[in-house]
Amino acid sequence: MNAPLKLGLKQRYSLLTSGLDWTPSYQPFEKIYPYAEFEGIKIHDWSKWEDPFRLTMDAYWKFQAEKERKLYAVLDSFAQNNGQMNLSDVRYVNALKLFLTGVSPLEYQAHRGFAHVGRHVPGVGPRIAAQMQSLDELRHVQTQVHTLSHYNKFFDGFSEFRHMHDRVWYLSVPKSFFDDARTAGPFEYFIAIGFAFEYVLTNLLFVPFMSGAAYNGDLATVTFGFSAQSDESRHMTLGIEVIKFLLEQDPGNLPIVQKWVDKWFWRGHRVLGLVAMMMDYMLPKKIMSWREAWEIYFTEAGGSLFEDLARYGLKVPKYADVATAEADHLSHQNWATFYQYCHAAGFHTWLPSAEEMDWLSEKYPTTFDKYYRPRFEMWAEMEKEGKRFYNNALPQLCSVCQIPMVYTEHGDHGATSFRVSDYKGEKYHTCSDGCKDIFDGEPEKYSQAWLPVHQIFQGNCGGAGLEDVLKWYKLNLGADNLQQAGSPDQKLWDEWMAAKDKVAG
Amino acid sequence: MPRIVSITLQNTDDARPIIAAITADNPGARINAMPGIVKIDRDDSLTVRRASVEDRLGRVWDPQEIHLSIVSMAGNLDEDDDYFNLSWS
Amino acid sequence: MSVVALDKQYADKVEIRDRLENFHGNQVVYVHWEDHLMFCAALAFPLPPGMPFGALVKEILPTYYGMHPDFAKIDWSKVRWMIDGIETSPRLEASLQDNGVGHKSIIRFWTPGLDGYKHSRS
Repeated sequence: MNAPLKLGLKQRYSLLTSGLDWTPSYQPFEKIYPYAEFEGIKIHDWSKWEDPFRLTMDAYWKFQAEKERKLYAVLDSFAQNNGQMNLSDVRYVNALKLFLTGVSPLEYQAHRGFAHVGRHVPGVGPRIAAQMQSLDELRHVQTQVHTLSHYNKFFDGFSEFRHMHDRVWYLSVPKSFFDDARTAGPFEYFIAIGFAFEYVLTNLLFVPFMSGAAYNGDLATVTFGFSAQSDESRHMTLGIEVIKFLLEQDPGNLPIVQKWVDKWFWRGHRVLGLVAMMMDYMLPKKIMSWREAWEIYFTEAGGSLFEDLARYGLKVPKYADVATAEADHLSHQNWATFYQYCHAAGFHTWLPSAEEMDWLSEKYPTTFDKYYRPRFEMWAEMEKEGKRFYNNALPQLCSVCQIPMVYTEHGDHGATSFRVSDYKGEKYHTCSDGCKDIFDGEPEKYSQAWLPVHQIFQGNCGGAGLEDVLKWYKLNLGADNLQQAGSPDQKLWDEWMAAKDKVAG
Repeated sequence: MPRIVSITLQNTDDARPIIAAITADNPGARINAMPGIVKIDRDDSLTVRRASVEDRLGRVWDPQEIHLSIVSMAGNLDEDDDYFNLSWS
Repeated sequence: MSVVALDKQYADKVEIRDRLENFHGNQVVYVHWEDHLMFCAALAFPLPPGMPFGALVKEILPTYYGMHPDFAKIDWSKVRWMIDGIETSPRLEASLQDNGVGHKSIIRFWTPGLDGYKHSRS
């Protein structure tokens, strides 16, 4: 008796991808794929594309359905059991506000971006992979919105996340990052998001931060985080496949790809500064410092990766050394910025406690006591005197990353780093050599930046006064903004904890 | 310098037999437990063997089921019906 | 053209949003007090180009920097000024424009002897 015929994984995947495409007969190639060639990337043989994951569509739907069932069972249970009351501390919720307003809309942008790329790349393998990733990203934004909607029932700062993402000054940082990628050609988008962001950098967002969510009692977020991240290893594989494929196809692709890797590494590094601050300052129970996460996920993992890619002539991204040095400063500088501007933010801030400052000193022995502890101690004194410091002027923004120009000179961290370019007689300020190189590489693109501070001055953001602008952001004044102490969130939490103590006797 | 490959799995009932199989089959693997997850690092290469996971699980296991438990990885992937391998070339 | 774009006329269609005309008669001026990083970045203001430099010093700076304990100790005769990277001695009675302050210019100043809370440059 013959054994039943069953195809192996490699055969199944090969049947899915080969022969799916066809040669157009009544339309020219360049009309069907108008974006395929303008970036200068040369592809000679699309059949050389290898997807190592070999996921067929039936398996894709099966596994994704299973992930959803597991996730929604947990979310339901979290809501039923009032999981929000078991958080380590209410301050933690502010990290979720930043996540929903700053990160979740990027998942949607990624969904759109991969749908576009999946349509416009003329190779079957990458198109199937881009299609799956596009669906994954849509799943991510939906599960994140569902998960965090439970928090919206109790806490401020969540309800207008979509409106805020398109308007609020600090959210222009992640928004413009993705706008930049999506307005590039399909190959640059693949390198920007698939490689530089997904492969090199997203571990820093999803792995240690989500592990931190687990440590701080947030069963719901850790579950959506790891459910999303289970798709991420497929995305990372796509990212590394794209770069290898482009470099193998034509030697002329190398300088183009290197420029994109340099650019998107630096853009990603700047955006992830928000995560640095979430890890070092916003997790009440810390799991690892940003510096430690950077060592594991960039220095160690990225080191092995770029050593592997060296055989194609690809180099470690330009300014990777600067980014590594900045890991000792990033979270402190960003938190200090939000501390002084939280009257205009959709989440609350606070000063680190004495114990937290000791933890920061231990994790950042060369920088924290020298530069940042005195700043926080000074503000603590001012708070004690009833003069809590709010910066009442708007900050100068970088023309590329759109972050206030808060970063300091590599080599002199007491001095702000100022760079300026001239383009058609106008000055464009940037925060670093990394951002200046990006501006100078494509001044036509970045000279169009919608910089929130300048837009306020032009009268395009609801009015001239701070209150007008915050209303235009749909920020609920006195609830969504200002410091943690005295906020409605804190009051509610204190009531819950008092009720708990009463029961405990 | 050895190049490190890495796989991170959730610390769940589904993933524990996989973690145990990796530990047994890959001498020198370094196991790092973090809240909610386990990160396994090894120099140069790391393999998840179907047969080894099935021994621990007591049922048929498709290596693609790893999609339900994986959190992150580093290395070039080679996947087939009987194994899931990460390596640097 | 250095941008790589599908549209060959891309560069001609660029709309620069920060053009001077868009600021209703003002120009954007950035000011930065060196060695006082309590103020996380340079501050941005929309100011009339004809405004005297002295008004910036006497009215704007105290309003936005005055809460720092060093501010009251500044000896204004010793302050070092830099406009767009060039050391200069601004004339207080002359306008911003006549002192070389243009649209998106940055004015940095150093206050000798004052380097922040407990010399931390904060």
